[in-house]
Amino acid sequence: MATAATERLRNYLEAFHTHGANEAGRPAWLRGLCERGFARFCEVGFPTTRQEDWRFTNVNAIAQTPFQLARDARLSGAIYGDTLEACRIPGAACQLVFVNGRFAPELSDLSGLPPGVRVGSLAQAIAQDGGLEAHLGRYVNIERDSFCALNTAFIDDGAYVYLPRRTVLEAPICFLFISIPGDDPEMTNPRTLIVAEDATEASIVEDYVSLGSGVFFSNAVTELVAGEDAVISHYLIEREDRQAFNVSTLRTQQARSANVSSHSVLLGGGLVRNNVHPVLGGEGGECLINGLFIGNGSQHMDNYMLVEHASPHCSSRQFYNGILDGHSHGVFHGRIIVHKDAQKTDAKQTNRNLLLSDDAQIDTKPQLEIYADDVKCTHGATIGQVDEHALFYMRSRGIEEASARGLLLLAFANECLERMKCRPVRDYLQDLVQGWLPGTSTPAGADAVRAGEAARRWEEVG
Amino acid sequence: MSTINTIQDLTNREYKWGFVTSVEEDKLPKGLNEDIIRLISAKKGEPEFMLDWRLKAYRHWDSLEKSHADPKWANVKFGPIDYQNIVYYSAPKKKPSLKSLEEIDPEVLRTYDRLGIPLVEQQRLAGVAVDAVFDSVSVATTFKEKLAEAGVIFCSFSEAVQNHPELVKKYLGSVVPYTDNFFASLNSAVFSDGSFVYVPKGVRCPMELSTYFRINAAETGQFERTLIIAEEGAYVSYLEGCTAPIRDEHQLHAAVVELVALENATIKYSTVQNWYPGDKEGRGGIYNFVTKRGKCAGPNSKISWTQVETGSAITWKYPSCILLGDNSVGEFYSVALTNNYQQADTGTKMIHIGKNTTSTVVSKGISAGHGQNTYRGMVKIQKGARGARNYTQCDSLLIGDKCGAHTFPYIEVQNSSARMEHEASTSKIGEDQIFYLRQRGLSAEEAVSMIINGFCRQVFRELPMEFAVEAQKLLSISLEGSVG
Repeated sequence: MATAATERLRNYLEAFHTHGANEAGRPAWLRGLCERGFARFCEVGFPTTRQEDWRFTNVNAIAQTPFQLARDARLSGAIYGDTLEACRIPGAACQLVFVNGRFAPELSDLSGLPPGVRVGSLAQAIAQDGGLEAHLGRYVNIERDSFCALNTAFIDDGAYVYLPRRTVLEAPICFLFISIPGDDPEMTNPRTLIVAEDATEASIVEDYVSLGSGVFFSNAVTELVAGEDAVISHYLIEREDRQAFNVSTLRTQQARSANVSSHSVLLGGGLVRNNVHPVLGGEGGECLINGLFIGNGSQHMDNYMLVEHASPHCSSRQFYNGILDGHSHGVFHGRIIVHKDAQKTDAKQTNRNLLLSDDAQIDTKPQLEIYADDVKCTHGATIGQVDEHALFYMRSRGIEEASARGLLLLAFANECLERMKCRPVRDYLQDLVQGWLPGTSTPAGADAVRAGEAARRWEEVG
Repeated sequence: MSTINTIQDLTNREYKWGFVTSVEEDKLPKGLNEDIIRLISAKKGEPEFMLDWRLKAYRHWDSLEKSHADPKWANVKFGPIDYQNIVYYSAPKKKPSLKSLEEIDPEVLRTYDRLGIPLVEQQRLAGVAVDAVFDSVSVATTFKEKLAEAGVIFCSFSEAVQNHPELVKKYLGSVVPYTDNFFASLNSAVFSDGSFVYVPKGVRCPMELSTYFRINAAETGQFERTLIIAEEGAYVSYLEGCTAPIRDEHQLHAAVVELVALENATIKYSTVQNWYPGDKEGRGGIYNFVTKRGKCAGPNSKISWTQVETGSAITWKYPSCILLGDNSVGEFYSVALTNNYQQADTGTKMIHIGKNTTSTVVSKGISAGHGQNTYRGMVKIQKGARGARNYTQCDSLLIGDKCGAHTFPYIEVQNSSARMEHEASTSKIGEDQIFYLRQRGLSAEEAVSMIINGFCRQVFRELPMEFAVEAQKLLSISLEGSVG
């Protein structure tokens, strides 16, 4: 057993050496950061279900697979034509495309950005700008989470956003991460850094899709720094192939009176872990964590929320809705920590789940950890089925059962979608989600079909 | 300001059950090994099967102890326990077998009088039979004859081993096996006494049964074991209370309670736990590490746990229900209070296995001073538990800015026809609520006590009447000086 584990680590060691050799020209601070990340990862390895934070999610499948760093698969734009078109959110300010974790400028569209705003590849930003040192790797805790340590070890490319003071962007900034599985299992570690100065407003979308089918591991980390009075919303869309592993971590740091919202929509992927970890570090901060996960087949979707109230007078809201069908397994882990001095905290957490099949499973663990006394904290969790009375009501009014059921599911999913403020993203997601709901007009296996189509297109051209 | 002062006064009242009784003790030497276990077993004149069971448990515990596998996951902090520095058996010296109350050491009788539990039957509230456990042994059981008329067996565990070995053999360890957890293993190896209740088929136990646990001797641990069996259609309501003297060192109390409810049977188990909580600086106090579990073995059976936890330096206990029979019902009502440096990690497990099983969990936590109060509960609905239903509510009240309240529920559902709801809230006593009550002529102290009683009412109303009154009083005393 021990030898197998060492064997697997050697795999990462080799990858780390090739990665280091390629990036010899990088600044010393970054090399140090990567080395610290790798050292930590080697020290702790992958988590096991004996660890409280991973109790319901077994990542053995990731630990056992010998992943290589993903090859460069950036090809000419023509190949992606239709897929790109389908993944484009109408009304976006810009769209950056990353293929296997690397920025593909020829596929990206950066024309609609106002001056002063910097949106681009993290690798380029590192090469040009020493200012990143102040933020990159400063927020994510590599001690706590070995996936973050792994990502930090392999920091290479990803998205970088800098919003100068008082920038207001109404149209969303979109990042599309395309994974193209190869013959051997591959991994990418996209790293995103978003720095929003005081009084800025923007929406940022991270969208993960697969082209073709195969074992692929995306281990993404995003650090979001929101200055005073900033209003930032972050959207995560996960719709990769059913064989894909996806672990993503969003760490936000909020200054005084900043308002950050995180919206996650998990639809695809085989084993998905979605970490959201906001720290309310300034007085009067507000934070909304909103999510929807729809599982089917043998999908495993784990949502891990950790909201830290580190300052007084902050409020946080968490809403997660889950719909689980087939043999899927959903996990919700919501934890609110109110630090000693965070008086007048107002925190709420709600997790609602629909189980559509007897083989589906949900584990939910809403937790409150409170060390201050003048607080208002509540949490609630429910697990149930589609309301039979509502169904009966609709059927008695002439709506056939399948449509009635679909409508109810849609309404349940819409609870989450309606909290999304950014109109273009919400409209796009409403269309998207409808296709993934079990029993709606598009068949439940839409993802498989779509992936199949994409693969075919790929073959035709290539 | 005055509100805060009153509240502080309120929490500073002394522990009034902290006296020591001087009786001659029959103690085994400190430490734990196979010989000690053989000695305990020999002292009690136990049959072979009991000794074998104890030794198996000891060997298992020893392997856990050697691999440092004592549980560390609970949200409580305490120094290492030296298990070789504990006296595992201590009893007041007595004549070979007690026939009547006259033969009990008058000092012991007086202790129970001072605790408000007179063992002379005429003085007792007519409806309650008491088994009094003093350190490691049961000293008296009242109303035995009256209960025997109804067919109910209510006696100390040692007597049960002597007189009803077949029942003990059948049910001992059937709900909490000796391998269950670290403290349950320890208890299985060294348990000295406890209560045994057997209610035969179709019998409704004519009175409330109660056990009063008292730790008296220094440096001892109390390890008692309670086993309650309700046969088909039987009903029994059982209550336990506990106190201990004030001492500077910590004492260990590791008990095991097993309940078995067969078809249509109901067991109601209430606890008012008031072990010595330690002083204001957190010195001394009882470590209360208890495993309690009930099995609803038959269809339509019901087990209801009610607990009021005000004492102990550390409470670690999770009264649970295994809902095996179809339509069986599990209930858990709890008030846990932590003041000064007390820590509590308590909650329940509801394991739904049978069809249409329902469970209700109502937990109220109150933290004051530097107290840390944790609710940790699990609701598991297995695949076969079609139509299972759970409702969980856990509320926390914070008094003062140095305490903490935490909630760690685990909900695992593997069945699409299950319905479950969980809600929790944490808040402090509102200034406006106190203001409102004071405006209507109540003193700040009365106002606080009224608010707290309102907060706990859902649980208190589950307690048998006499004990509900006692519990309310206990709560206001334990809380003295802490509301703000």
